Amino acid sequence: MNAPALATRMLEKSFGSLVVARDIEIELPAGVRYALIGPNGAGKTTLINLITGMLAPDAGRIFLGSEDITALEPQERVRRGLARTFQINTLFAGLSALEAVTLAVNERRGISGEFWRNLSVHRESIDEAYDILAKLRLGDECYQPTRELPYGRQRLLEIALALATRPKVLLLDEPAAGVPHEESGEIFEAVAGLSGDLTLLFIEHDMNVVFRFASRIIVMVGGKIFAQGTPEEIAADPGVQEVYLGKRKHV
Amino acid sequence: MAAITHTADAPQRYLAAQTRWSHLETAFWLATLLPFVLFPSYLQLAHQVAVTALFVLSLDLILGYAGIVSLGHAAFFGLGAYATGIASVYGWGEPISGLFIGAVVAALVGYASSFVIARFRHLTLIMITLGLGLLLHEVANKAHWLTGGSDGLQGMNIWPIFGVYDFGLWGYTAYTYSLIVLFIFFLMARRLIHSPFGLALRGIRENDLRMPAIGAPSRAHIRKIYTISAFMAGIAGAVTAQATGTVALDSLGFEHSADALIMLVLGGAGRLYGGLIGAAVFLVARDQFSDINPQYWYFWIGLLLIAVVIFLPNGILGGLSKLTARWRRS
Amino acid sequence: MLPPIFGVLFDGLAYGMLLFLLSVGLTVTLGMMNFVNLAHCAFAMLGGFVTVALTQEFDWPFLATLPAAFIVTALVSVLFERVLYRRLYRASDLDQCLLTIGIAFMSIATAAYYFGTTPQPLDVPDYLRGSFDFMGLNIGNYRLFLVVTGLVTTVVLVAALEYTRFGARVRAAVDNQRMARGLGINVDGAFALTFALGSGLAGLGGALAIEIVGLDHWFAFTYLVFVLIVVSVGGLGSIIGSFVAAIMIGVTDVAGKYYVPELGAFLIYLVMLAVLMTRPQGLFGKR
Repeated sequence: MNAPALATRMLEKSFGSLVVARDIEIELPAGVRYALIGPNGAGKTTLINLITGMLAPDAGRIFLGSEDITALEPQERVRRGLARTFQINTLFAGLSALEAVTLAVNERRGISGEFWRNLSVHRESIDEAYDILAKLRLGDECYQPTRELPYGRQRLLEIALALATRPKVLLLDEPAAGVPHEESGEIFEAVAGLSGDLTLLFIEHDMNVVFRFASRIIVMVGGKIFAQGTPEEIAADPGVQEVYLGKRKHV
Repeated sequence: MAAITHTADAPQRYLAAQTRWSHLETAFWLATLLPFVLFPSYLQLAHQVAVTALFVLSLDLILGYAGIVSLGHAAFFGLGAYATGIASVYGWGEPISGLFIGAVVAALVGYASSFVIARFRHLTLIMITLGLGLLLHEVANKAHWLTGGSDGLQGMNIWPIFGVYDFGLWGYTAYTYSLIVLFIFFLMARRLIHSPFGLALRGIRENDLRMPAIGAPSRAHIRKIYTISAFMAGIAGAVTAQATGTVALDSLGFEHSADALIMLVLGGAGRLYGGLIGAAVFLVARDQFSDINPQYWYFWIGLLLIAVVIFLPNGILGGLSKLTARWRRS
Repeated sequence: MLPPIFGVLFDGLAYGMLLFLLSVGLTVTLGMMNFVNLAHCAFAMLGGFVTVALTQEFDWPFLATLPAAFIVTALVSVLFERVLYRRLYRASDLDQCLLTIGIAFMSIATAAYYFGTTPQPLDVPDYLRGSFDFMGLNIGNYRLFLVVTGLVTTVVLVAALEYTRFGARVRAAVDNQRMARGLGINVDGAFALTFALGSGLAGLGGALAIEIVGLDHWFAFTYLVFVLIVVSVGGLGSIIGSFVAAIMIGVTDVAGKYYVPELGAFLIYLVMLAVLMTRPQGLFGKR
């Protein structure tokens, strides 16, 4: 039986009287690229936080493949192949890009606890880290502290860090957020260049990007899934148009 | 800045270069031999600096590298001192093994408390470290049948090192002993910092939020470094007990923890040598000012702290590295 | 005839009121700006010394010195806030700790320089001395005065917080600073005023403390530990929290020393650790 790469069942979360997630049911088959769209405050980032374990749901289950990961800690989920990037750069400011990605690779390989040998002994980790960075065109700048990198490059580093964990499912939270329009193309090229085996769910506001990359779209409004379908179906849906033009704020 | 041309092993060589032993470091360690020659009457002070430097280094491991602010680190120093001291009172006075008795006791308590420590951040963490330290101080105070209470530990008997070297009154043996111990553990700390584990600790310090997102078990890492740090602080305490022949209740006290914090920040946290420099500057200054009224000392230390925080936030070493960067740029 | 435990409880209540006055300023400023002010008890000490100086040098009556202690401390704290503290609002916990410890050190040295290192004498008016009998208990006049002052202050504070616009702004800023700024609330101004009020209250507490626990140049650190315990157990930013925690700590300390003197200060540290480990945000703090 082929279980979907990622699935949620009846996921729910509230903060007091504020409902941020209600009856969330999604299924991502392996290898697809899904876009998650919706107005601000719809709960998209919250959903990612719930799936990755940064937030505990009030009810519902989360499945990675056939495994129920609802009770697992965030780092355990990463180890099983679920990675995410952050909407606001959450990087290691004082580490160089090379060190940061090497760290991620070390953690994946389980050698990060080793305290008696020099870091540079682990040629494999370093080379793998460099390869990931080079593929994202960060190779030349990987020796500088992260805080010295231009913003767009930092967004690429966000993706590099996630890739270092060798995920099966990757959740991208607005990968080009805050990047000037001229530079965002680089980021999406990087996303496009990702392996076809990788299952992708990305939050995005730019409809051009969504229609270009996504094979399916999930629309969230007010904590609920409002509509799901192919790009053509969603584009033609009058309800979605109303939500986006502001006539309907809730469902 | 010229682009670094890429060769296949450039990344690895870059990382290796970060950890190479520099000339300044060699100069520093040679300078530690100077007191034998230039200041023979100050060997007791030099010994005190060496022991304190080891203690502050252990604090740097958790504060400068993992970002844990502890107001109770002296607890481990004291545990090491009392364990070694009490062992000698009850008949076992061999120094080298005594060191490990002290360190293991401190490490066990450190390991136990690390389960609590690793779960918290910010003020809660600070308060818990403070509370644990105060608690231990109270216990040591009340258990005076074992510790001697506020009178200090009595009846210690430390055997000569290797059966030959006695801790005489002149500090010659004491300084040699503590300097060698400091150097050995410094090397170990240096190794740790430059290892994959050291990189993980820096990751925790730089951005603790990102760590679980790359699959890192932060809490397990913190427990590990906290235990190692406690071990090292225990060694420092044990050396002090052996060289002094007694253990004072103050060695566990809040002021001792606060002093260590001040020395570390003064020298520069997270720079390996910061604790050593800070300890040297602080203790030498205190020794020179000791004739003056102790209240004046608090005034100047207070002023120094304020100045360091505002003008020199990365301590002496941080200020120096900024200066050299500026000089190199011009 | 009431059993002696009620006497112990009353004394604990009085001590708790004192701790509350000393702590309430710190919990609100910590909750509002997350600024770790370890010099808070140095301000309390200042209030104490103002009272000592006014009664000893200028023969002021004790009660008149209390508002003076409040006002002088509030003004001095404003000076420190403007000149030093505001540079560090976004600094790390460690930097804030160290800056304020530095200020506390300097205050200790200054106190020792001007007033010496022995406990300070204080002449309290006759009607506040002595005690009276109430249902078989020996109620100290001064302790009763403390309890009343503490309760009145609490009521005034809570009322101000709930029913004034300034109070509403403070509550908003404590709850969510970014949002409050976004709504146009002058958080920095509110904080400056709150800081002054909180320090002033600490100064008042310091003045009132002299008769109960004594005042010497080391006061800034001796009571800092207790204040920190009250604040962290009660929960940052919660006045009710520090009220409850202060009473708890006060009663535990007095009862502990009365019934189990061998334990000493042990009991309070245990209580603090127990609370923090099960509820790290404190009894009434927000997550």
